[in-house]
Amino acid sequence: MCSLQKRDGVFILTLSGEGEHRFNPPLIDFILSALAHVNQNAHLASALITTNDGKFFSNGLDLQWLSEFSSSRENRSQILVFKFGQLLTALMELKLPSIAAVCGHASAGGFFLALAHDYRFMRKDRGFLYMSEVDVGIVIPPSGMSIVRSKVDSRYLTEIVLGGRKYTAPMAFKAGLVDSVHDNSAKTLEAAIDAAVKMGQKNWNKEVYLQLRLSLFSEPMEKLRLGTKEGSPLLSRL
Amino acid sequence: MCSLEKRGRVYVLTLSGEGDHRFNPSTIDNIAAALKEVQDSPDAGALVTTNEGRYFSNGLDIQWISQNPDAHLSTIRIKFENLLASFMRLGVPTIAAIRGHAAAGGFILALAHDYRFMKGDRSVLYMSELDHGMKLPRSLMAVVRSKLLPAASRDVVLGAGKFSAQTALEGRIVDSVYADSAQTLEAAISEAQKLASRGWKKSIYSELRLGVFPGVVEELDAHRDPYLFPASAKL
Repeated sequence: MCSLQKRDGVFILTLSGEGEHRFNPPLIDFILSALAHVNQNAHLASALITTNDGKFFSNGLDLQWLSEFSSSRENRSQILVFKFGQLLTALMELKLPSIAAVCGHASAGGFFLALAHDYRFMRKDRGFLYMSEVDVGIVIPPSGMSIVRSKVDSRYLTEIVLGGRKYTAPMAFKAGLVDSVHDNSAKTLEAAIDAAVKMGQKNWNKEVYLQLRLSLFSEPMEKLRLGTKEGSPLLSRL
Repeated sequence: MCSLEKRGRVYVLTLSGEGDHRFNPSTIDNIAAALKEVQDSPDAGALVTTNEGRYFSNGLDIQWISQNPDAHLSTIRIKFENLLASFMRLGVPTIAAIRGHAAAGGFILALAHDYRFMKGDRSVLYMSELDHGMKLPRSLMAVVRSKLLPAASRDVVLGAGKFSAQTALEGRIVDSVYADSAQTLEAAISEAQKLASRGWKKSIYSELRLGVFPGVVEELDAHRDPYLFPASAKL
């Protein structure tokens, strides 16, 4: 599932194992409780880094879980979209700066997970960022769109969201989707830890940091909170 | 304080003197009066805001605030919000000719202009709030968000980055960069003259600006979300 450790005063959340780290309620709940632990101990750390084992950061929602029982697909779809909204909200409400050390493919929900972090570092030697919804036939809810619009240069919105373009690390760096690229997984994580330690040295007031983040991204936060309150649009055509 | 001069159809508002041009009620009233003169002038075509000395502006007058924090903080916030709203409503194109450091409220004032021209050396843009343990009221954040690209807004607000003219240009925080003070002002006036010569109608330009940056003046006018001065703020 996932593991949480602390190194050099930095929390590291790892999506563990060799699979695609797709989100279903059990994994999401695991991550949510890790994030709750981080929040409770925010005073002891400088940042959270989210990273992965294997070849995938995350390929998004667990579509198999959705279609496990045909009779409950509609129900499961509402639950999953709701819980994924909870996950993105928890990240955006995290009491520490956050870095996604993307060490593998990040598609659809996985791409959103990376976007919900303050910074993105990515490995160069494999993996791409890919908003696959248009190819797979899934609607992105207003909260997701709002996150994309607030984090992505508008020049690239069309080709990312409507074009389903796959971004290798160099392309992603050029488009400002990631902040730095590194030779391999180990170096990506190392660089993220370095950056986290440097942020810690700035001694920022964490309440202020959180308020600034929530204010900077007030539109997506509003849409996320609506989504987790009223329930979200169904995933279609799966 | 500030001085206002007219060159043809271009008004030049200069934050004058060698200090760091901080905003308190009297300096704000001074600037507001100048803006009113521009707005009321029938042949005004554009406004250039610039500075003397080494600072564009370092933002709010913290000394004045600390004389009586509880009262002065809300006064200055409301007055500063009104000033920014006046810039956003002005019926003529505005260019900030940044010829010195601009931090916090000074940076936000520059962002409230339509265009930003900056001098290449010894000028840094810096949203210092995070480093000083200060929050940004949602009204001022609305101005910041409306003018910066997502990556830049993140680096400016959550990174408390110090941007030289060149990095500001790369992040599209400013529109162009010039070798020195004189050339920066010259270029701004020259561009202002071009804009003024388009003969645009004040009410239309103002409405278009409000439309392209929706929600910003509404936030500034609402004067909500008190600027809480955290006890731990380092100044």
